[in-house]
Amino acid sequence: MNSVLAAQTLLTAGDGGLDDHLSRYGRLPSLDGSQIVGLARDAELTGRGGGGFPMWRKLAAVAAAGTPAVVIANGAEGEPVSGKDRLLLTRKPHLVLDGLHLVALATGARAAHLYAPAALLPRLRESLAARGRAGLDKLPVTLTAAPDAFVSGEESAVASAIAGRGAVPADKRVRLVETGTLVQNVETLAHLALIARYGAGWFLSSGTFLATVSGAVARPSVVEARYGVPLGDLIGAAGGATENLRAVLVGGYHGGWVPADPALPVTREALAPFGAAPGAGVVVALPAHACGLVETAKITQYLAGQVAGQCGPCVNGLPRIAGTLADLAAGRPRPGLPGEAARLAALVTGRGACRHPDGTARLVLSAMRAFEADVAAHLNGRCLATGGRL
Amino acid sequence: MTRLHIDWTACDGRGLCTELLEEMLVEDEWGYPVSRDGTTEPVVPPPLEDAAKRAVDRCPMLALKLVRR
Ligand SMILES: Cc1cc2nc3c(=O)[nH]c(=O)nc-3n(C[C@H](O)[C@H](O)[C@H](O)COP(=O)(O)O)c2cc1C
Ligand code: SF4
Ligand code: SF4
Repeated sequence: MNSVLAAQTLLTAGDGGLDDHLSRYGRLPSLDGSQIVGLARDAELTGRGGGGFPMWRKLAAVAAAGTPAVVIANGAEGEPVSGKDRLLLTRKPHLVLDGLHLVALATGARAAHLYAPAALLPRLRESLAARGRAGLDKLPVTLTAAPDAFVSGEESAVASAIAGRGAVPADKRVRLVETGTLVQNVETLAHLALIARYGAGWFLSSGTFLATVSGAVARPSVVEARYGVPLGDLIGAAGGATENLRAVLVGGYHGGWVPADPALPVTREALAPFGAAPGAGVVVALPAHACGLVETAKITQYLAGQVAGQCGPCVNGLPRIAGTLADLAAGRPRPGLPGEAARLAALVTGRGACRHPDGTARLVLSAMRAFEADVAAHLNGRCLATGGRL
Repeated sequence: MTRLHIDWTACDGRGLCTELLEEMLVEDEWGYPVSRDGTTEPVVPPPLEDAAKRAVDRCPMLALKLVRR
């Protein structure tokens, strides 16, 4: 089962209703907390919100925190080029809510929350009401609107929004799990709901991930695949490239540029040499006629505009990185421009309350490697993508 | 291990700590502290523990904390 479309488990057609859900998947089996943690561990389920952290470790840490646990399903999807969490919440809300119910059991939580874009809340409210009528959840779920901003889905911003303080990241001297707060991406929770039904062994052989494929493809879409899928198959499932590709951005705006090599497997290991990771499954195909430096400068400009105005190195550093990239993209050469970009990237890394500077730095460093020839050409006033002078 | 944690949401970058703890911290171009060893939470070597405690106590924004991890 290595073909992309072989294992449509999350994305099978569905109207989002409870009847459809129950006839398709049946009720959750009854499991206790340690069984749930064990299933997540044995299935090697990792987070789908970007970090790829093993879910069971977070479950165990929150259960051991010694304070009444709070569990939060994170459907913010602040990443502009990602669409999989919205699609999942629309098509399979009950898998997400099953998963939220399971992590509440696993951690002994007294409160459960679903955090999602405001536009999705009315339908989700209906989903919750239907579950209530069917007597499914003992623990009520509170809905909270996620503001439309890049950092609003960062875990401490999520916890802060739930607590009514605004969706802004917080300092992490005390880690979130140590405070008894569990934040999991909605897709991670949906996988857990399937693992509870079909088992860890099933997930190891048939488990999937969701990818949002866009850019120069015929049918920009959300695709379901297994880790290890060749990059070319993911792009093929989105209708295929509409022209030759220059590079592919994997992992989203905090990800990295990789060569447009159809055989490149989408795994942590295979992407690591390019400074990329599967992350939240974002794949953007860059057409051959577009300049990777111009594209990276645009993204960096956007990311610099999304800083949450709190941490000096991020607030000062990201606009400087964006300015450096803009000069490079527009062929306004200053001596040492590429070196300056690399220096600033290293300077901001690890120096914020959240990893927004780290992710931005990762993108910029990957661009300097992937588009090395373009950098050299731009410094000489030429652009390889357009073939002309800058 | 004792480490120095900086709460970036509180730090105002006036650089008092980089004077009090110059063995561990330097100022970046905006005045914010950077650990000399490049780590996010630099280890405080035992001979510097007193100096580190002083920097923690004197930080006007209460942005510095010693953590054990
Ligand atoms: C700037 C920033 C933005 C983030 N935005 C999201 C998001 O929109 N949705 C999400 O699930 N995780 C997001 N994350 C990751 C979360 O902090 C957290 O790791 C994740 O929700 C945990 O769930 P998981 O382990 O199931 O992936 C973001 C992280 C950063 C640094
Ligand atoms: S690191 Fe940047 S984005 Fe993150 S909280 Fe601080 S200022 Fe906001
Ligand atoms: S003394 Fe405190 S507020 Fe001032 S620069 Fe150092 S950490 Fe920041």
